[in-house]
Amino acid sequence: MATPVKVYGPPMSTAVSRVLACLYEKNVEFELISINMSKGEHKKPEFLKLQPFGQVPAFEDEGISIFESRAICRYVCDKYADKGNKGLYGTNPLAKASIDQWIEAEGQSFNPPSSTLVFQLAFAPRMNIKQDKVVIRQNEEKLSKVLDIYEKRLGEARFLAGDEFSLADLSHLPNTQYLVSGTDKGNLFTSRENVGRWWDEISSQDSWKKVVDLQKGT
Amino acid sequence: MAAIKAHGSLISTATNRVLVTLYEKELEFEFVSVDMSTGEHKKDHFLSLNPFGQVPALEHGDLKLFESRAITKYVAYEYANKGTQLIHQDSKKMAITLVWMEVEAQQYDPVASKLVWELGIKPLVGMVTDKAIVEENEPKLAKVLDVYENRLAHSKYLGGDCFTLADLHHVPTLQYLLGTQSQKLFDSRPHVSAWVADITARPAWLKVQAMRNKH
Repeated sequence: MATPVKVYGPPMSTAVSRVLACLYEKNVEFELISINMSKGEHKKPEFLKLQPFGQVPAFEDEGISIFESRAICRYVCDKYADKGNKGLYGTNPLAKASIDQWIEAEGQSFNPPSSTLVFQLAFAPRMNIKQDKVVIRQNEEKLSKVLDIYEKRLGEARFLAGDEFSLADLSHLPNTQYLVSGTDKGNLFTSRENVGRWWDEISSQDSWKKVVDLQKGT
Repeated sequence: MAAIKAHGSLISTATNRVLVTLYEKELEFEFVSVDMSTGEHKKDHFLSLNPFGQVPALEHGDLKLFESRAITKYVAYEYANKGTQLIHQDSKKMAITLVWMEVEAQQYDPVASKLVWELGIKPLVGMVTDKAIVEENEPKLAKVLDVYENRLAHSKYLGGDCFTLADLHHVPTLQYLLGTQSQKLFDSRPHVSAWVADITARPAWLKVQAMRNKH
């Protein structure tokens, strides 16, 4: 019986929840280890050994220790290829390349403006940090341009990389969840027909519902 | 067998990331120049290759790919048996390489690219460097390079003993920063400095630089 993998970090972190969604999707058992970020635990030497940039998540599995949520997800999909959703990262090189393309698009084009908005609108108020209206406006404009491209793409295909739900769609779940459910910017997604349809489908995955429950529980 | 076509611009770091990979893998390819000064990258023909209107894009037979880091991975896996080994088949070793590929994409590149734009590309195209952006981003790059210095003190390359995509992805931005005021950030960190010298001297990278001299 395999030892559960270990994930370090709070489930409300977008990057941590990206990894949790992948683990649920692949039916890989995990142990979630709490990191108290309000007490600066992520900046202490103990944690820096696991993640030298002092960020969550960190991850351990059978003697390896890795970080960066998208690297962790790819590792989980490769190592546990035969578990859970077998097609999550493609079952042939061309499918995998297409999924990688959209994971990169998420990381390079979608994530910067959406994570800035998540911080400004969902986290800053809770942390008593003043919101920056200029930053919010600029990033809303950037995100809108990206979502216009997604609207066109999702008119051509059911999911970003093709006909099946993949790691590329999964990567978008954490930031979008906050924006749609926790801020007044949800209309960026819901007012675009194809993007709205895509969001309804991907957020209805059982694996994502489990992550949302975990987030609510903490 | 259909030729590999790499579409892009020779001043683009992302385009160069793909070109150097093709050379490392000793692959024949056709370089198709995209004239960004006339907005060619925003026209319908190019948008069919990259809907974000950015360079580079790759065509190989029916396959069309965009995002340089997805292209390099595809090439490295598809041609695993040719040229330089840039990935690992062993999942534990590849996991470490994947980590540092993400570090480049998420921690290093966002900061380095801003400095490349201000100190490397703006002077080339007759625009004025914004000193405030340079002053803001040099300390950020310094913090990232502190982590790299620690890593490279224990590991010859970022992913482990061997040169991989994790190192290669850095080369185009590094080259731009060498010879600018930001070079001091590398020079003052001995392991980083040695690593930079090593990976920018590779024959495949010299071939990409030779392309710039021809075009």
